[in-house]
Amino acid sequence: MTTALAPSSADDPLAYRPVALVDLLDRVLATGVVISGDITLSIADVDLVRISLRALVASVGALTPPEVG
Amino acid sequence: MSSTAEVAPDRRAAVTGVWLHGVVRDVDRVALATVAGMGGVAVRAVSAAGLVAVVSTAPLDEYGEEPLRRNLEDLAWLERAARTHHAVVEALARQGPVVPARLATVHTDDGRVAASLAARRAELSATLARLTGRGEWGVKGYLVPGASVPSVASGAGGGGVGTAYLRRRRAQLTAREEHQQVASAAADAVHVALCEVAVAGRRHAPQDRRLSGVSAPMALNGAYLVDTAALPRFSDLVGSLGTRHPGLRLELTGPWPAYSFVAERPEPAGAGGESR
Repeated sequence: MTTALAPSSADDPLAYRPVALVDLLDRVLATGVVISGDITLSIADVDLVRISLRALVASVGALTPPEVG
Repeated sequence: MSSTAEVAPDRRAAVTGVWLHGVVRDVDRVALATVAGMGGVAVRAVSAAGLVAVVSTAPLDEYGEEPLRRNLEDLAWLERAARTHHAVVEALARQGPVVPARLATVHTDDGRVAASLAARRAELSATLARLTGRGEWGVKGYLVPGASVPSVASGAGGGGVGTAYLRRRRAQLTAREEHQQVASAAADAVHVALCEVAVAGRRHAPQDRRLSGVSAPMALNGAYLVDTAALPRFSDLVGSLGTRHPGLRLELTGPWPAYSFVAERPEPAGAGGESR
């Protein structure tokens, strides 16, 4: 009951589709910042996103390191 | 009623933090007890300043700064955290407007959460008002491979085989560039048209193909805040824009909680008081 993702109406042209992780991360990482937590405040915004995307890309495989300096 | 001995507050504060899911005007606390938060434990409410923060208790051995750095590198952990957080925000969004917190917003204790609510009451209330009766929809536009690329098979022209090859090669490259320019212009046009029906719109960075698993390049990764009443018009518009721009394949996702329309402003404009 609490986890079902219901379309907003029966004639909604969108069929139920599970949320793609990449779409979710676009939103929960890059946006939605409202209140800075005491702890995550010390993790720079950019760092948080970069760390996560690196993890994601690495897991997808075929990772070519971006411009090793 | 006498309660059993409480854990000393100091020690408790040291071992657990408070993960913020989102802020709402009000919440049904009984229903809240059925919503699973981080680690599968039910979420709870922290009230202050006429607002309610919905939070999870977050053990610091997993959600403290150092463990977070490590865990965010772990895809399985990241996905579980993102989906759990999203499920809570979504459950709240079904009841009314919610200002979602970004992933991994952790406070040291309830008191700090309450203080944040009080300090940013005006801004949060305004955001909640702006989101009422509206939802976020995503529209992604992918380049359709080969669509409307002019054929380069003209056999005319003098010169040798090498010249013909170079000419053909140049024409191919030009065609590809033109194709991308056309797609990019189409993405701009689609975004502008959608913004006319939406209350607000913004573009996220195009998704990395390795992340999305879609081989076609992405030209548009838009998010739109849409009045519920305007939703049929919005989705019709997505359909007709797709027809008008055959070089782009449009994909609609949603409804999303309004993650993309609550971004913190760099400097809060006066309201909410000093924070430093």
